[in-house]
Amino acid sequence: MSLLTTLARLEAVRAGRARPLATVRHRHLTDRPLVFVPLTTAGEAGAPLGALVGTDRDAPRLLVVPQPRDRDLRWTFLADLAEEVLPYIDAYADHVEPAERTETDPVTGKKAKVATELCLDAPQIVVPSPAGIEYVRLLGRSMRFRRTAEEDPDAPYPAPARVPLLGRWFTHLAERSRMPGSALLLSATGLLSRHWATGQSSLEDQHLGALLAWIAPDPKTGGTGAEQALRAELARDAQGLLLVPPAGPATDPAFDNKLLAPAMARFDAARAADPADPAARSAAEDAVRALVASQLRPTWDAVWRSLDLVRELPPGAHTEQRWTGDRWSYTGHRDRVRAGEPPQPRRDDAVTAARKLGRRETEQVRLDAQEALDDPLVMAARRFAGEAFAGEITEVVMEWTDSKRPSPRPLLAVATEDGPQFDGPAKVYRSLDGRAQTAEHVRTEEDGTVVLRLLDKMGRGREPEPGTVPEKGDQVCWTLFEHEPRSGPRLPEPEDTPWTHGGPPAAGPEATDPVTDEDML
Amino acid sequence: MTTPAPEADGPVADPGAAAARATAGILHDTLHGTARGVVVDSPPGAGKSTLVVTAARELAAAGRRLMIVAQTNAQVDDLVLRLADKDPELPVGRLHSSDGDAYDKALLDLPAVTLSAKAADLAPLPVVISTAAKWAHTQVDGAWEHAIVDEAYQMRSDALLAVAGLFERALFVGDPGQLDPFSVVGAEQWAGLSHDPSASAVATLLAHNPDLPQHRLPVSWRLPASAAPLVSAAFYPYTPFRSGTGPADRRLSYAAASDGSGPDRVLDEAAEAGWGLLELPARHAPRTDPEAVRAVALVVRRALDRGAVAVSEQSPDPVPLTAARIAVGTAHRDQAAAVRAALAGLGVTGVTVDTANRLQGREYDLTVVLHPLSGRPDATAFHLETGRLCVLASRHRHACIVVARAGIPDLLDEHPSTDPVQLGAAVKFPDGWEANHAVLAHLSEHRVPWRP
Repeated sequence: MSLLTTLARLEAVRAGRARPLATVRHRHLTDRPLVFVPLTTAGEAGAPLGALVGTDRDAPRLLVVPQPRDRDLRWTFLADLAEEVLPYIDAYADHVEPAERTETDPVTGKKAKVATELCLDAPQIVVPSPAGIEYVRLLGRSMRFRRTAEEDPDAPYPAPARVPLLGRWFTHLAERSRMPGSALLLSATGLLSRHWATGQSSLEDQHLGALLAWIAPDPKTGGTGAEQALRAELARDAQGLLLVPPAGPATDPAFDNKLLAPAMARFDAARAADPADPAARSAAEDAVRALVASQLRPTWDAVWRSLDLVRELPPGAHTEQRWTGDRWSYTGHRDRVRAGEPPQPRRDDAVTAARKLGRRETEQVRLDAQEALDDPLVMAARRFAGEAFAGEITEVVMEWTDSKRPSPRPLLAVATEDGPQFDGPAKVYRSLDGRAQTAEHVRTEEDGTVVLRLLDKMGRGREPEPGTVPEKGDQVCWTLFEHEPRSGPRLPEPEDTPWTHGGPPAAGPEATDPVTDEDML
Repeated sequence: MTTPAPEADGPVADPGAAAARATAGILHDTLHGTARGVVVDSPPGAGKSTLVVTAARELAAAGRRLMIVAQTNAQVDDLVLRLADKDPELPVGRLHSSDGDAYDKALLDLPAVTLSAKAADLAPLPVVISTAAKWAHTQVDGAWEHAIVDEAYQMRSDALLAVAGLFERALFVGDPGQLDPFSVVGAEQWAGLSHDPSASAVATLLAHNPDLPQHRLPVSWRLPASAAPLVSAAFYPYTPFRSGTGPADRRLSYAAASDGSGPDRVLDEAAEAGWGLLELPARHAPRTDPEAVRAVALVVRRALDRGAVAVSEQSPDPVPLTAARIAVGTAHRDQAAAVRAALAGLGVTGVTVDTANRLQGREYDLTVVLHPLSGRPDATAFHLETGRLCVLASRHRHACIVVARAGIPDLLDEHPSTDPVQLGAAVKFPDGWEANHAVLAHLSEHRVPWRP
């Protein structure tokens, strides 16, 4: 945690209200996100209890599994979910623009530009908390290896149509959400805590109700944000039920025991009644649905309120560029699905895992740099840490290289009150019309003045192009970190995995998940 | 405290003979063995670099085209210089990045060393050395017959994946007790996989090739007799090693007598016992704790002022302890910057001040360590990491002085390690919590309370 974040948190404690951590919005938000608020059943991993899902904040679709241990009801839920989510995801698939992609020729090893298409926009799913993202991943894992009756006529328990496809998309979105700065699948608490600091621990920040109370306390309720947050987290009614239901996917145990379990028992009894009584069964089901809805609705509204709050911030300059990465990601998966490729494997092979890790590390460094360039408050934290410095140019001395065609290498003196931590020969960078201009650190004078030598982006001539060299009196912010990090090591193809990493992985698609006793409880 | 265990083949009394026997075994497996890889664990200061140089010369003499992979440019340059020192005739290629200043300019004076940014220029030479990062971007026709991977425990699995296609067989050398490689993003999703890309290269190598011969160097030539038992027991509980020197071989003394201050008394304690703990009053402090930083700087200043001299097996006469032979170790870079500023304020120059990560593989006579947990309100995984403390506590030939605020044992007791257990992931022994307690328990016997 940076010193400025610590300070913001301390100030939040004193004020009883959240403090801003950013002056711009660092994540892209689409005009039409899909909000997905899932609840899970206590005691069984990946057994959904219900969900609110939709793109219209006033008209969510309520999906409920009135008896989560009933596999048929679970399949119905997942089929309904697919019906709701897949059309939303597919809606972006056919609006494309021409684009170019660099591909390596498998024979010659040369890189070449290939004409392709890129989807103009992409879906964006918002869940309440990181646990919700994890739940999307889990649902994806549970669905993507299933086979529908059409795919495998002999399957004893075929999955409803489109469910495996939803599993593949959920898997893709959850995997993409691990990419720093990505925005295909976001959590509301993640969004809020990126932009505001509260006076509570980061663990408590994962409680959406409490986090919102710190950031935007309800004037009608009264009390400070801190007091309202405590109430959101802990206050219970006479029955012992939480006033603000948890944002899930886990439910409040008191709710489970006191309300949900009896309602489910009544539903089971109504189903088992002989002779069958459809009216009683329907009434019992409606009772469970109403209960689950009562737990979901406050969170649903909270997610939309979070989006409103974050949307008020102006977008950071680089968010659009990162969203383009998300669009590529979406387009790529669309192509894999269309090409009939098998679902994502259960485990990454050595090369895939290393590639993912390398890309994410590069992207993390890029994200850190871009957020600092987009936002003076973030840059201030980097300046505090000695990773950047800002100041006035006090002197410019023109010098040139010693070659036949001399290039400009001007010396700049920068008066700064920051304390950049140079160790050894160091390069520094500044943003020049969006591109990084490099200078090398020559020396630091006794009075803290930093002397730099400008190295590039000054054109090809002997005289630097106008505007490329800062002038005396200019205020310039230099960073010790690169703006466009280099990508990680070049890795072999999976089929060339070396002996140190177990050799090439087994070929062929993976088997479907075997049906076990648990599937037939 | 455990006593060093004898070698598997029976006890060898003389440390030199024990080390020679281990080295002979390693060279035999490397040159004549059938396995594609050989792994050597080396405790701090056990002659790892010497082993790499010896193995490189033997492989070159046997006519095997050899590539050497090290982790940093400094390590690469150091190896080139050592090779040239031992064998000035041996043609060595130093592959460097296309940034012009990526190598030590001293290499330019070596006649047998060829420098290039293109692997193809160097490929015909018997030995080519570069960093893992540079090798990863290298494409050549035909693999090298042999490779030596230095600091293999600090190399990440994905970095080995990028270079492993370049060689047929390899000798992996490293110190398992030092800092593990790290990643700036989460890698939990691969935890427990045999090819977890964030694990160390050796972990992946051995997971896939469990039958590779594994050796270890049994003697630390750097650590004095006062330090080897503690470092061995705290950080290498299952692979003990011993000191190559006896208690009488190393001696630290001062020309000027103590003035009774805290820094002077801890210097005396360290000269006597090899360890010293300068304890400041308990207090939560910012990372760059001004009092602790000043105490560190004062200890260094007094060591120089008092005219410390060191006697060791390397020279019959006492050698003055100069600033170049002193290092200050910290956990964070801003702490190092604060200590540098404090030293400059006291007029001290030439002392190395760096973080544990950057002190890896380096050696000094006297080290002064700002304890990673000093003044902290919490003990995070970063501050508890075994390797961090191990690096800081094993850089010295004579004495190590730790500066810390009181109350670290209580802090440790309030923060038991709670890392989630991952299925399939190897559990590392000892954990940082345990190692920290072991070191503190020993240091408390050499405690000097702060008195200005």
